[in-house]
Amino acid sequence: MSGHPTYQPQNAVMKWMEARLPIAGLIHSSFVAYPTPRNLNYWWTFGGVLAFMLASQIVTGVVLAMHYTPHVDFAFNSVEHIMRDVNYGWLLRYVHSNGASMFFLAAYIHMFRGMYYGSYKDPREVLWILGVILLLLMIITGFMGYVLPWGQMSFWAATVITNLFSAIPIVGEPIVTWLWGGFAVGNPTLNRFYSLHYLLPFVIAGVVVLHIWALHVAGQNNPDGVEPRQDSDTVAFTPYATIKDGFFLVVFLALFAWFVFYMPNYLGHPDNYIPANPSVTPMHIVPEWYYLPFYAILRAVPDKLGGVLLLGAAIVILAFLPWLDRSKVRSARYRPRYRFFFWLFFLTCVALGWLGSKPAEGVYVYAARVATIYYFAHFLVILPLLGRYEKPLPLPSSITASVLKRSGAVAVVAFAVMLTGLIGLSSPSVAAEVETPPKQNWSFAGPFGKFDRGQLQRGFKVYREVCQTCHGLSLLAFRNLAEPGGPGFSSAQAAAIAAEYQVPAEPDDQGEVKDRPARLADRFPPPFQNDNQARARYNAVPPDLSLIVKARGYDRGFPWFVFDLFTQYQEQGADYVHALLTGYADPPKGVEAPSAGTFYNKYYPGHFLAMPPPLSDGRIEYTDGTKPTADQLALDVTAFLAWAAEPHMEARKRLGFQVIIFLLVFAGLLYFTKKKVWKSVEAHG
Amino acid sequence: MLHLRSPYKGANNTAPVRAVPPCPGPAATGPPAASGSMFPMVPRAGRPPSHQGEDLDVATISSTGHTRRDFLYIATGAMGAVGAAAALVPLVTQMNPDASTIAAGAPIEVDLTPIQEGQVIKVFWRGKPIFINHRTKKQIEEAQNVNVASLPDPQPDSARVKPKHDEWQVLIAICTHLGCIPIAHQGPYDGYFCPCHGSVYDTSGRIRSGPAPLNLALPPYEFVSDTRIRIG
Ligand code: FES
Repeated sequence: MSGHPTYQPQNAVMKWMEARLPIAGLIHSSFVAYPTPRNLNYWWTFGGVLAFMLASQIVTGVVLAMHYTPHVDFAFNSVEHIMRDVNYGWLLRYVHSNGASMFFLAAYIHMFRGMYYGSYKDPREVLWILGVILLLLMIITGFMGYVLPWGQMSFWAATVITNLFSAIPIVGEPIVTWLWGGFAVGNPTLNRFYSLHYLLPFVIAGVVVLHIWALHVAGQNNPDGVEPRQDSDTVAFTPYATIKDGFFLVVFLALFAWFVFYMPNYLGHPDNYIPANPSVTPMHIVPEWYYLPFYAILRAVPDKLGGVLLLGAAIVILAFLPWLDRSKVRSARYRPRYRFFFWLFFLTCVALGWLGSKPAEGVYVYAARVATIYYFAHFLVILPLLGRYEKPLPLPSSITASVLKRSGAVAVVAFAVMLTGLIGLSSPSVAAEVETPPKQNWSFAGPFGKFDRGQLQRGFKVYREVCQTCHGLSLLAFRNLAEPGGPGFSSAQAAAIAAEYQVPAEPDDQGEVKDRPARLADRFPPPFQNDNQARARYNAVPPDLSLIVKARGYDRGFPWFVFDLFTQYQEQGADYVHALLTGYADPPKGVEAPSAGTFYNKYYPGHFLAMPPPLSDGRIEYTDGTKPTADQLALDVTAFLAWAAEPHMEARKRLGFQVIIFLLVFAGLLYFTKKKVWKSVEAHG
Repeated sequence: MLHLRSPYKGANNTAPVRAVPPCPGPAATGPPAASGSMFPMVPRAGRPPSHQGEDLDVATISSTGHTRRDFLYIATGAMGAVGAAAALVPLVTQMNPDASTIAAGAPIEVDLTPIQEGQVIKVFWRGKPIFINHRTKKQIEEAQNVNVASLPDPQPDSARVKPKHDEWQVLIAICTHLGCIPIAHQGPYDGYFCPCHGSVYDTSGRIRSGPAPLNLALPPYEFVSDTRIRIG
């Protein structure tokens, strides 16, 4: 019963190694023998989740970097190349982009846990500060990563965020120019962001090592906030904590998989599927959900410099938490007043997040101001006063004593509430008062949705006979028409379709570029050479349709976006395109077209658009007996465009089903293993 | 260590909370003996911690319980291994040629009419340079009148051209040594000469001297007509 558990290598080779580089001993003492308080609840498993997420982001990021091109002319298309052509590219990219959200979700839970149980208090101040540094690094890294796809949101996020520095007096402007490497956000900016986005995760990994080191010096805090003081207060990290962390990690991965495979764009913005355009700002720009509370604080202040300073202060103040909270009692379990204020603070953060997603106008601004003031008051007023006046409950004499008293229930409900609260904030709102597109019954909706081959073929016919004269389909290749999960043309049919198109050939002996018939490998040629030609011809630039269904959408509003999380409704884009195609009407009385050659549409933001009503009953002849009503044509072409926007959707949902089933079974096994491992501990106080 | 054993006195007496850190960290050098009584005997996997003097020995678990527990552990471990292996599949296959690269590697057709006798042209197929050599009568004769058995990589010229088209020599222009592109019409055989390490090929593209081990490889191709070939 005595003697510290040390690593005793049995094998001669390991002994030899241990005498020279005791790495096995270090791993053993850190992750095997390391004593961990026996009363840790599931909120303590997020450290493991975070370590996994960091590794996952680095691995998928390194892989994506093999296919991505950091150049303003190619970045957007190279991301689409990953989505469409690279083997499992869609999976890797969705894991990476949703992984960022999961990473932040886990980090925020981890931090709130630390706040609730007072994990930042003596002797864990440095541990906590390292955590705040990690958050800051994550924020910077996540922002730079968001810029890389070079969509509209990327570009304008880069512009807005770098412009924060212009608030600094005197040196502000030079700093911004320095950050850009130019006079506006451009290619140099993209290149350096790419470089730094690749570098920073390794810096994060380095700080994580310090974070874990500090943790192992001070030891883990625990839900009771009393230090372990007898043998029965702790259990060995392996197997007890390992199996528990492992079980919860798999549960967390099931949530992650839900997003990756079924709602991969739920947390993103449709606008980021529009290539960056320095001359047009999107109607309503919002950052990713995990920045929304800070964004709300920025906008709450009517002064430019003040807003920037407060935004910075909102993060920096966290580092001072160990000294602002004067109470010597750690856990909120024994601090009834603090417990109340903790939840109030939590709700304030959620409220700030929600306000950050709303337009900065009217009542939202005032609400954001109140919430901002409360955010800072929590740290600067409430915590210091509480430490003075609060009467804590009696602490248990030991962890063991506490465990034997409690049932050990876990607040899973709180987790679910928090999840929906934090995640649900992402939907952007559209400012214009337009009608909500009616929901259609798409065959490709839901977890088992598949495209209807006949419908895709009909829709392709509509595209070719109607849309094609003005709208390109530049990301789609003719070979895609014959690929599984698509309209189901044979290779020969697709080649015959390709041959009807002309694309520029290689320069001949004389250096002349002539046209040749397209082949399977070619992509659909554009209907016009450049935007100016399009403007001269059509009085507008008709958007490319390759991604139109993913690049459009509408705000679902509360509470629908919460339900969507469970029903997997994500066909806003398809509903919108169909509604637009069929939504032409005479303008209401008194509403005048702003310019000649524009047409009134119920669903178009701003109502007047340059596209004349494209579809009418019988405009196309169908050979499969389907009645070619205008509505049917719109449905068919929308389904075709939905496929064109996401050609691997069927493969994604199929794999998703397998992955989720696997994770559930695995979680079940881990749960029983965990129960078995912990049985003896729980039985014997 | 005495104060650690003294009973805890209530909420406001917070001094004992600041106890000795529960463990020496990985880098801490605290002697094991000092903290020994705090954290003795960390249990091995699957073994209950034997605190409070109770000694639950693994041996006391019945054999049936043992098997069931072992099965659970093995099943869980196997499941984890399968998951990890499956996760490797996308990470590995993403490095294989992507769909656009494969599609771009489709067969190409080459018109032979502009190629003069004695001229060698270079075309690209799947990113590889291909030589198309319109051989002269003399070159063909030289290529055919060789003691095949004496060659490092014995192969008759007839096996390296299409029947009835022996004036057309189509080769993958990649040296079989380490991948450089040989220069046409050079070297003692009026064939190909690789400048990198001096491999010499004859007019049939067979290795004659130098470090390259094999003859120049032939791409898959066929004559669509007398003056047109399809490579690939
Ligand atoms: S590569 Fe041609 S001789 Fe070495």
